[in-house]
Amino acid sequence: MKLVVEAAVLGVLTGGVYALMASGLTLIFGVMRIINVGQGALVILGAYLTFVLNRSWHVDPFLGLVLTMPLMFALGVLLQLVFIRPLRTDREALSVLVTYAIALGIEGALGYVFTTNYVQLRAWYENASFPVFSFRITYVYVLGFVVCLGVLGTLFLLLYRTTLGGAIRATMLNRTAAQLIGIDVDRVSAIAFGIGMATAAAGGVVFGLTNAFNPGSHYDLISRLLTIIVLGGLGSLRGAIIAALIMLVTEDITAVVVSPVWASFAFFVILVAVLIIRPQGLYGVRVRERI
Amino acid sequence: MRNRIGFAIAGAALVLSACGTGAASSPSPQSTEPITIGVSLSFSGDFSGDGKALQQGYDLWAQDVNAKGGLLGHHVTMKYVDDASSTQQVVSNYQSLITQDKVALVFGPFSSLLTIPASTVVDRYGYAFPEPAGGGPQVFARKLHSIFFVQPATVEDNLVSYTKWLLALPASQRPQSVAYATQDDPFTQPQVDRAKSLLEAGGITTASYKVYPAETTDFTPLALQVANSKADAVILGTQLPDAIAFVKTFIQQHYNPKTIIETTGPDQGSSFSGPLGANTEGIMVPAGWTAAAKAYGNPTFVQKFLAKFGGSAGDISADAAEAYSVGQVVDQAATKAGSIDNKKLIDALHSGTYQTVQGPISFDSIGQPHGVGVYIEQWQGGSALFVYPPQAALAKPEYPKPTWQ
Repeated sequence: MKLVVEAAVLGVLTGGVYALMASGLTLIFGVMRIINVGQGALVILGAYLTFVLNRSWHVDPFLGLVLTMPLMFALGVLLQLVFIRPLRTDREALSVLVTYAIALGIEGALGYVFTTNYVQLRAWYENASFPVFSFRITYVYVLGFVVCLGVLGTLFLLLYRTTLGGAIRATMLNRTAAQLIGIDVDRVSAIAFGIGMATAAAGGVVFGLTNAFNPGSHYDLISRLLTIIVLGGLGSLRGAIIAALIMLVTEDITAVVVSPVWASFAFFVILVAVLIIRPQGLYGVRVRERI
Repeated sequence: MRNRIGFAIAGAALVLSACGTGAASSPSPQSTEPITIGVSLSFSGDFSGDGKALQQGYDLWAQDVNAKGGLLGHHVTMKYVDDASSTQQVVSNYQSLITQDKVALVFGPFSSLLTIPASTVVDRYGYAFPEPAGGGPQVFARKLHSIFFVQPATVEDNLVSYTKWLLALPASQRPQSVAYATQDDPFTQPQVDRAKSLLEAGGITTASYKVYPAETTDFTPLALQVANSKADAVILGTQLPDAIAFVKTFIQQHYNPKTIIETTGPDQGSSFSGPLGANTEGIMVPAGWTAAAKAYGNPTFVQKFLAKFGGSAGDISADAAEAYSVGQVVDQAATKAGSIDNKKLIDALHSGTYQTVQGPISFDSIGQPHGVGVYIEQWQGGSALFVYPPQAALAKPEYPKPTWQ
């Protein structure tokens, strides 16, 4: 029983990190209707940027976000302008190829600069933990979870309490209608891509503190992130958060109670069951398109 | 719309498992013409760290052999193609290297996982397949005559020395219980299973035994389970990322077993010690090679490696030494056969003993090395040293392992 509670707590804490990483992916899909398979590589890029600050100037990984998030936002806007905006037809399919190319480019560049050796972010509190009942919880996971809550909370405020947020949500609902009422959807798309990358930077810090990583680590990440947004409903921020928590809690509890071999299977049973009942995912919106 | 998105996601999955290769032609091995040796290496994906290390070993050997006049007079060029750690891509790569690039020889990729499918296609074309890193029992299950695992012992026996050492400890000090966790990988699991059966036969109880999929990314629940077992000893069938993750969780949980051994990870130099710092102290790994060993050509190998790639001796991955050994074995076999013809090389490799930086190696009829068990290496004072068996030891085993810092 103790292990189950421990696994559930851990699942919630790590679920927060995956929610943060998936939030950018689902936001980008919602606004631009593109599948950014480069999101995993962007998370790793964020982790490496923090690694540079951490190693060279001993900047605390979480404090480093003050620098890395704006930097990644700017890079996101640039990538959107150069690679995504020119895609005018067949965006869904072409975006997969283009963002995969971006992922490979990032992986190659990181491999050239940092080699393929595994690294991990360091902080004085990296191994510190505190007792809760009969088990110990690691500060890094709690801090990471708090940062995830902070970033996701800010994202919700931005989306639901600002004019820009209104424009983003309008674009997510109906791109053409948003254009007709005067919203500059190209500008909104660039900003949304930038926000997606800034969340990737935040996700990268927590991922880099809790996992050893190298430039190739994005492959395992992206498959999990894609699964999360499918369960949550493509384009739904709330759905991504709930789905990430379901995924991590289910897998962690199954791993300790039954076997790690069945952990992913248990999650996929839930995924399939949800998709049979709600093909659009937990919080996705059914979209009809004239053929 | 939904269908299109579905196709797009399916496309993403396909694209993620794909990878491109280049191509160049190489002349056939006649007289002393230059030759190309083809290798499929993992420059991306799970094994990208190991792929890079193998490349360093192969490159250094090619440089050395060319400096002494080539392989039987043939100037050697290495051709590498990326398999992205994919079992499908590695097969296409060797097919392409042999049929399109017409390389004279092929050397092996990283891991048993990739060597198993690659060996089938290489054998079909009659090429010799000396390989540095595929030693799991399944590699030899098809009893191919063309494969040669260039390490001192088969992988299944890697933890035999460790179990001998544990069982030889005085009864009052010997661990009473062991927790096991291993990837379901053909390299790691056979080692752990063999150690488990030997230790159980020796009276040491099993506190916990877990097998996890190789694609697992979140190791903390598994590590928590091991920590909760409160076993005296921990035996882990790991690659590098999980080797680090398990230790970090043990530190965070204040779990201090008397001894920890991991199948891979602690032998990866600074890749292992970087994330763990001083907490590497006392951690063990089965190893056929160490930078400090006095085996044939090893001091020169270490010296040249540092001159070419920089860093310190502790940073050199055992993968690089294993790749270099492949070149050494092929060089000696070619000299013995008087040819670089693959059939003659295969015949030569099945007889005699070959000197490598890992020590002398000889092969049986299906390419398994004759040795039984490798050495135990332990991190002491910031570097990994041979500590068992005593005749190869550079230091005494530190037991029990010091508590985490």
